[in-house]
Amino acid sequence: MNNKPVQAAIEGWFTLDTDTPHLIGACCEKCGTYYFPKTLSFCKNPACDSTTFNEVELSRQGKIWSYTNACYKPPEPFVADEPFVPYAIAAVELEKEQMIILGQVVKGVDVDQMKVGKTATLVLETLHEDDDAIKVTWKWQPIAQGESA
Amino acid sequence: MSQDIAVLGVGMHPWGKWGRNFSEYGVYAAREALKDAGIPWQDVQFVSGAATMRCGYPGYVAGATIAQALGWQGAQVNTSYAACASGSQALAAARAKILAGECEVALVVGADTTPKGFLAPAKGFRPEDPDWLRFYLGITNPTYFALYARRRMDLYGDTEEDFGLVKIKNSENGFTNPNARYKKKFTMEEILNSAMVADPLRLLQICATSDGGAAMIVSSMEYAKRIGKANAVKVAAVSTVTPTFASAVVEMPDIATDSAAAAGVEAHSFRAALPKKAYEQAGIGPEDVSLAEVYDLSSALELDWYEDLMLCPRGEAAQMVREGATKLGGRLPVNTSGGLACFGEAVPAQAIAQVCELTWQLRGQAGERQIANAKVGITANQGLFGHGSSVILKK
Repeated sequence: MNNKPVQAAIEGWFTLDTDTPHLIGACCEKCGTYYFPKTLSFCKNPACDSTTFNEVELSRQGKIWSYTNACYKPPEPFVADEPFVPYAIAAVELEKEQMIILGQVVKGVDVDQMKVGKTATLVLETLHEDDDAIKVTWKWQPIAQGESA
Repeated sequence: MSQDIAVLGVGMHPWGKWGRNFSEYGVYAAREALKDAGIPWQDVQFVSGAATMRCGYPGYVAGATIAQALGWQGAQVNTSYAACASGSQALAAARAKILAGECEVALVVGADTTPKGFLAPAKGFRPEDPDWLRFYLGITNPTYFALYARRRMDLYGDTEEDFGLVKIKNSENGFTNPNARYKKKFTMEEILNSAMVADPLRLLQICATSDGGAAMIVSSMEYAKRIGKANAVKVAAVSTVTPTFASAVVEMPDIATDSAAAAGVEAHSFRAALPKKAYEQAGIGPEDVSLAEVYDLSSALELDWYEDLMLCPRGEAAQMVREGATKLGGRLPVNTSGGLACFGEAVPAQAIAQVCELTWQLRGQAGERQIANAKVGITANQGLFGHGSSVILKK
């Protein structure tokens, strides 16, 4: 470990609360449609003409919609470890928000430990380090049957 | 009034990695289509080009670039861009102009030159651009294809071998196609031993990018009759519908879907909506389809299309490929051209190339790939964030 400060890889997209982090989304004041990321000016529900939104913390648990992994190093702007270590990816469906959000899966978990419909929880983990800081992002952590978050 | 237009001619420049200017492929394909139609270039009244984003300014105005290369002759011109559906939007523009009586005969053309290696987003720190953002987080194009594929395995029991069967079928179909880039019959062993890219998809199950060009000459039915081609194959439908909110399939380049939480909002699949509109326009149902050309960006995605085209109930596509129903000689051949598996994707030309294949099949000119009794063909494709198209051709 080192003493570099921990920073959000993308500022304002999630809370930096290490125990119970949340993605920061938006909710339309008029129709209740959720958005992630939150940056928007006009509601995208075709039946809604709202321009006002509340910042909200999205559910930090959902069901796995699907999953895969990255066996090859992605191009920039991805910052890869040397040597490159493959990682898993999950698309997780949030029940209350009725939307699917993609993200990497925590280190050490591969596709054989996931299943469509399995529960996953949002955690923070390092995306990459630069000279000044450890950049963290949200990742999904699958939860085994019977285990609680 | 009939909404049909006639396909007088089709033509392609072979797919490959030739590295020449995209307009060369476009002109070659256009001249082939003109020759096939038997009409002089000077008689074309409207040029409808599909744009390429990788060849600088001439690519953004592809219709004009190719018209200039063919020799300016005063035709009206248009260029369409809609990612992988660009060719279909160019066809839709020509069809609308013909049906509105603003022109009688049009050239539809698309061509591309693709760079080597990864298509990386522009530099800088730009999290507001979803395409930049997903690469920063480590999410590439194969990620999305693999998510769809894995979902099939977990929900319907599809296997890696099923996806392999699709690749084997397409490689056999494209083997004798003079316009295909990859002409090799792959074995299951070769496919399942190729490198894993995004589990469960391996290198031989993901489509490459290619250079290529495709063109069509289309006209009013009246014009076709006048030049003695009343029996030409007809375009019966061109669907380019947008998704309907809430679009519930996670699609490139987004990292989240729409939310369907608002009252009265339902989750929709953009892929299923495309052929639905095409069937509606044509007054033709899935039971009438003789063959289909679908976008096999991955071997597994081809199976999703069988279901979206309503060629079988949801979840049963793998059974069709196991039975050999979609092979040449099967009851409903799919990707008789060899599909993206044998072509690789030349974005603005690909949707037009799909229609070229249907035309040859419906005319009985597909050579060794020819299927029996082809009467109705349908295409389907998809591009970035829900762009897509579906075209129906009939005899």
